Amino acid sequence: MKEISFGEIVAAVRECVKACGRLTPSAKCALEESLKKESSPAARFALSMLAENAATAEREGLALCQDTGMAVFFVRLGQEVHITGGTLPDAVDEGVRLGYAECGWRASVLDPLTRVNTKDNTPAILHVELVAGESLVMDFLPKGFGSENMSRLFMLTPSVGIKGVEDSVVEAVRLAGANPCPPVIVGVGIGGTAEKAMETAKKQLLRPVGEPSPDPDLAALEKRCLERINALGIGAQGFGGDTTALAVHCGKFPTHIASLPVAINIQCNAMRLGHIEL
Amino acid sequence: MNSMPDFKPITSPISEEDAKALRAGDYLLLSGELFTARDAAHKRMYEAKTSGAALPVKTEGASIFYVGPCFDKDGRPTGAGPTTSGRMDAYAPLLYDCGVRATIGKGDRSPAVYDAIKRNGALYLCAIGGAGALYAKAILSLETVAYPELGTEAVRKMRVKDMPVIVGIDSLGKSIFASHKS
Repeated sequence: MKEISFGEIVAAVRECVKACGRLTPSAKCALEESLKKESSPAARFALSMLAENAATAEREGLALCQDTGMAVFFVRLGQEVHITGGTLPDAVDEGVRLGYAECGWRASVLDPLTRVNTKDNTPAILHVELVAGESLVMDFLPKGFGSENMSRLFMLTPSVGIKGVEDSVVEAVRLAGANPCPPVIVGVGIGGTAEKAMETAKKQLLRPVGEPSPDPDLAALEKRCLERINALGIGAQGFGGDTTALAVHCGKFPTHIASLPVAINIQCNAMRLGHIEL
Repeated sequence: MNSMPDFKPITSPISEEDAKALRAGDYLLLSGELFTARDAAHKRMYEAKTSGAALPVKTEGASIFYVGPCFDKDGRPTGAGPTTSGRMDAYAPLLYDCGVRATIGKGDRSPAVYDAIKRNGALYLCAIGGAGALYAKAILSLETVAYPELGTEAVRKMRVKDMPVIVGIDSLGKSIFASHKS
């Protein structure tokens, strides 16, 4: 049994949300590679701006994007951990509250119907997985909603097979067009239930940009989807160009005999991640 | 940066002549006065106008930037890039008809907005979504002018210098967007 205090979690989260000011190293590499290859002048303008923006944000402690997101945490909580002094969700919210305020990040969270803002960007979204051991590991994904709004769920019929999955992914990105701030990273969740598919899709965004799935079938699917998406010609910001997506990341989970769920969760170019291990 | 194009300097409020001379795909460095407004402020302005009340800002010739900035403890902007313009499409034609000369955001617009832009000899300018830090640095000053209770969504008067944008839709209704090219 290991004890982790409420205060330790608050402090770690508070520090972690500074990640809203940094493009992840793999996203930075992918962006620079796409700039080298881009043939459209308008898309090159957009990509150059994004590369300069990433350097500026990091150098000056500014937000990479003013949409510093809803604070999403993927948590792996060891079963031998005892959290003392309060609950995990309260500790995460307190860390978000303090960290967002001190960094000058945006309070974007509100009641969905009254539209009254909570003013401190809470509550955070927690996906908690219980695992063996005595550590608490959390991945922070600040998720902007220009891209989140372009999420799609298809409950396909099993007869369409992997080709149907591929078509759905390409269609989702085509329909999203310029809205999710391309070049994007496309998270795909195949299988499970409706909500498990979407969670799986979002979880794929935690992978370094462009790192293929360890499953060879999924890695091949990722490659085919990426080629077709970039052939759409949407390009950076929708200005037309060679790179609409920097990567497609697919994950899967067993599903029901009657279904083939496919969820698509799109990440904008402002790929930010934080990591905590306690 | 070697990938940067030639920019034309332009001042906001943008004159009728300047608006008509610009073409989709032109690169601009925008300076002058803008008003910020996004989802909630648009809803309020639309409701005000359709119920016969006055708008909180002078729309004639104005530029509206679709942005919800974030600020540090001292009120300095830490991020101020564009949000998705499509969510303002329901309200934008009315505002163009009230004299708004330019809107600034990201992403493509609805056919009704294209029509309103042509009808009014107006413009849609694209800022780069995701470049929040660069746009924050282009801001000289900010002042809340309406709906302060909306927080980041309040209407602010913003003075900017050399803000890089590209003409997304020109006064003839020509577009930079890939979906309109084929």
